[in-house]
Amino acid sequence: MVEEGRKHTTVSIPIPLYEKLKKRIDGTGFTSVSDYVTYVLREVLASLEEEEKEEVFTEEEEEKVKERLRALGYLD
Amino acid sequence: MVSKPHGGRLVRKLSSEKTKERILDEKEEYSKVQINGGLAIDLENIAHGVYSPLEGFLRENEFQSVLDTMRLPNDLPWTIPIVLDVDEKELNFGIGDAILLYCKDTPIAEMYVDDIYKYDKKEFAQKVFKTTDINHPGVAKIHDMGKYLIGGEIRLLNELPNLFGNYTLRPIETRVLFKERNLKTMVAFQTRNVPHLGHEYLQKSALAFVDGLFVNPVLGKKKEGDYKDEVILKAYGTLFNHYYPKDTAILATVRYEMRYAGPREAIQHAIMRKNFGCTHFIVGRDHAGVGNYYGSYEAQEMFKNFPDLGITPMFFKEFFYCNKCNGIVNERICPHPMEDREYFSGTKIRKIIVEEKEPPEYFMRKEVYNTIKNFNDPFIGG
Repeated sequence: MVEEGRKHTTVSIPIPLYEKLKKRIDGTGFTSVSDYVTYVLREVLASLEEEEKEEVFTEEEEEKVKERLRALGYLD
Repeated sequence: MVSKPHGGRLVRKLSSEKTKERILDEKEEYSKVQINGGLAIDLENIAHGVYSPLEGFLRENEFQSVLDTMRLPNDLPWTIPIVLDVDEKELNFGIGDAILLYCKDTPIAEMYVDDIYKYDKKEFAQKVFKTTDINHPGVAKIHDMGKYLIGGEIRLLNELPNLFGNYTLRPIETRVLFKERNLKTMVAFQTRNVPHLGHEYLQKSALAFVDGLFVNPVLGKKKEGDYKDEVILKAYGTLFNHYYPKDTAILATVRYEMRYAGPREAIQHAIMRKNFGCTHFIVGRDHAGVGNYYGSYEAQEMFKNFPDLGITPMFFKEFFYCNKCNGIVNERICPHPMEDREYFSGTKIRKIIVEEKEPPEYFMRKEVYNTIKNFNDPFIGG
């Protein structure tokens, strides 16, 4: 449970992994392992979300939209 | 597959005819808040999902999170506070009330007030614009804002009058359009200028890598000296008619009031185009900048903070005409010195237009120039 009002929390990772990451960020512009881990996790989560199912409009909605697009000359 | 809306779902906060009728019948029972044209445009953009996942104006915790972290409290990237300000004398309602937002004499939206809060104007300016200099148009705007912000969901009752309605597409419309034309990868280009050959080269270079190009001029209040909306639209219309592929290049406008927040605003622009269904976004030199407040490529740098943006930025160096290369190039591909280069500066183009000189062929398409020349006064406040 994360305490209300706090902006960060602690996640445990194995020390050898931490050491590897520390070496990896050397000279990259990341100032801490935490920053790097946050960056990577955000990237991973975003790509997983991209794979989730696409939003679909109802047929009726879509037909209405197509009608307007045709009237404006965007669709034949 | 077109890009997913920011936050995963396209927001649409439009009231049904029945609800609208009921609310308008009962309008005298609501507290009334007058909003200006810029806020009305923000409201319209919330309602049509241009600002998805926002469903209303920011509450205090959201506002503070955007200022401090450039993210909403749920960690989703969001860099520009979309807020509704009021003066103390307008505060004749409280948290939990539903109010009606009016633009001139027309009620345009219902709002459920979740939060009323004070804010620090200097902090707002410094964090968003990186300056508190009142000469910055965004800072000046904050300076004139009311003392309080109100947050909460909205529901659009009436569309705002739109002179360019036939060229304005909503995200639901562009998403259907891209799908119908089978344009799976779309690159967006945001503009508030008339097109010169540097723009054309930039857009076509990007189009070479994806299925389609979405040129999306921003219409709405701009600063003095900017091109008038109708001039930008007509100039682009001409360029499209003569020089762009019909099936893969799409021109449609969006109403939006520029903030001139440079790097932060570049992220906002990318999010908006993601909501329109674009997968890529062009970021050139000095994106959304004004004066010398931001570095030339600071906006490009800003994208490094957002691996989870969900739209791929395409970075370009400034294009120019090189006498030796005899073509439009940029510093990455041209080996020649400065004296061989002709840059497409806005000032130079304005001068050509004001003095009614024919521009060199490598500068601007003749058809585009003639279209602009047909306007007596193409500039705001000119």
